[in-house]
Amino acid sequence: MKKEIRICGFGGQGIILAGFIIGKAASVFMDYNAVQYQSYGPEARGGAARSEVIISDKKITYPRVTDVDLLIAMSQDAYDKYGDDVSDKTITIIDPDLVNGEGKKGKLFKIRAQHIAERLGNKIVANIAMIGAATAISGFLDPEAVKKAIEDTVPERFKDLNLEAFEEGFKAGKDAVRGKLPA
Amino acid sequence: MRYKRDPDLIRKVIGRKVQFVMGDTACVYGSLLAGCSFFAGYPITPASEIAEEMSRLLPRVGGVYIQMEDEIGSISAVIGASWAGAKSMTATSGPGFSLMMENYGYAIMSETPCVIVNVQRVGPSTGQPTRGAQGDMMQARWGTHGDVEALVLAPSTVQECFDLTIEAFNLTERYRHPVCVMMDGEIGHLREKVVIPDEDEMKIVDRVVADKDDDFLPFDVSKKTGRKVPDFPTFGKGFKVHVTGLTHDTRGLPATDSQEEHEKLIKRIVSKIADDRDKLTMVEKVHLDDAETAFVTYGASARATEAAVERARKEGKKVGMLRLKLVWPFPIKEIRKLADQVEKIIVPEMNLGQIVHPVREYAEGKCEVISAPKVGGEMHTVEEVYRYIEG
Repeated sequence: MKKEIRICGFGGQGIILAGFIIGKAASVFMDYNAVQYQSYGPEARGGAARSEVIISDKKITYPRVTDVDLLIAMSQDAYDKYGDDVSDKTITIIDPDLVNGEGKKGKLFKIRAQHIAERLGNKIVANIAMIGAATAISGFLDPEAVKKAIEDTVPERFKDLNLEAFEEGFKAGKDAVRGKLPA
Repeated sequence: MRYKRDPDLIRKVIGRKVQFVMGDTACVYGSLLAGCSFFAGYPITPASEIAEEMSRLLPRVGGVYIQMEDEIGSISAVIGASWAGAKSMTATSGPGFSLMMENYGYAIMSETPCVIVNVQRVGPSTGQPTRGAQGDMMQARWGTHGDVEALVLAPSTVQECFDLTIEAFNLTERYRHPVCVMMDGEIGHLREKVVIPDEDEMKIVDRVVADKDDDFLPFDVSKKTGRKVPDFPTFGKGFKVHVTGLTHDTRGLPATDSQEEHEKLIKRIVSKIADDRDKLTMVEKVHLDDAETAFVTYGASARATEAAVERARKEGKKVGMLRLKLVWPFPIKEIRKLADQVEKIIVPEMNLGQIVHPVREYAEGKCEVISAPKVGGEMHTVEEVYRYIEG
């Protein structure tokens, strides 16, 4: 089993944190190997950011994503810039309020992550809602492991909010798989 | 210093046994478990996380962190702390490494144990600050003036950033010679799984501290059968020691006009490393047994190279990889042996060709040696490395 994941958006959305949580879930709480790295512009907020994760049950030699299994896009800019390396096997998840994502290869899912986060009272957790959706849609991440990684990573006072965002995102992901349109 | 390595406390501060962390963080964990109790540095991308984590964790295990005014001050403080008995370290990147070169030589000449971590970025000058490179490999060997040897490690994985930092402390304590851990921005900022070994799985070396004999001579090794490393007279323990970068006699006093004293001193300092070359050699061999083409590489470059080797093997091509974990002192025997065996050696590096030179020197014309350079802050792709097998 080897999966290559790319998460992109704009700086400040927690793109790098999202990749870190997936990598931690896989390597610390699921016993896979994982690598994660990031690239971002010099600006702290606003520029296109990208975080990539590879998880595998074998040794990971080359630590770069070249053949995307799961693409998560949370801004138009980043999607245009980092939306390549996709194929028919690629699962793409976009936030339709932020990205116009028609016309790429593979399967496309739309998750209103920012909307979910706003409904919970803080759009800062849109990244975690997206992780919840990705966990439900992709099927290769153990939800319990991801939740443990979230608890292990976010500040204590935001723990409940983040776990709620994960659950709501997870539900939205299940709905999307069943073909329900996003609310 | 009153610091005493407390493994239980250090493990508590580091946290869980299995973690998903950056190479920079793994380096910090390794140094803490090795018993490092002093860090002086100046933050610089992509090494800043080392200073950051050190500032957070080192005081919690009883150590001292100082942010210095610059990198010259940093290595000076590190040398001073070492003479006070502390295992000490600094971390920097290219521009800071350049500033440290003079006192790197001072640490060699004064036989001061210390660890210098260089998370290499693209140079020369300020170059590409956020991008990784391997452009300082020759600088670590030859960057300070005069006749020197070097102890230089190059981790390829985040786990190795941990393991080889411990190795660096063990080597520097054993040889009383500074050790460079040549990481790079790619591995320093990569996150991977790290497994912290249990206490009984680790080997920790401490410097041999001198006895206070009446006729104690701080740089005399004549009583030490075969050993070229003098025992360490820690400051503040009653020794009368003069430490200098000038050519010195066994008392440590300047002997700047004596050709004999200089030759004796420098030959001892150089040979304490060079004599142990084969013992020190640390390489990983991948599919080398029947290889007709071999890669020789190190650090981040080994990652794409190993993937290219695996691909070649799947296609039935006899390709292997010799990965240098310790780049200096150079593994002469391994290269000679390899050159006897293979038709072609390819050397992928994230520079315009540095370690390819000693490889070529010690291949002694017995096989073809090809440089596979890559610069500009990107790792080689697997395809780029693979193409050299045919080409």
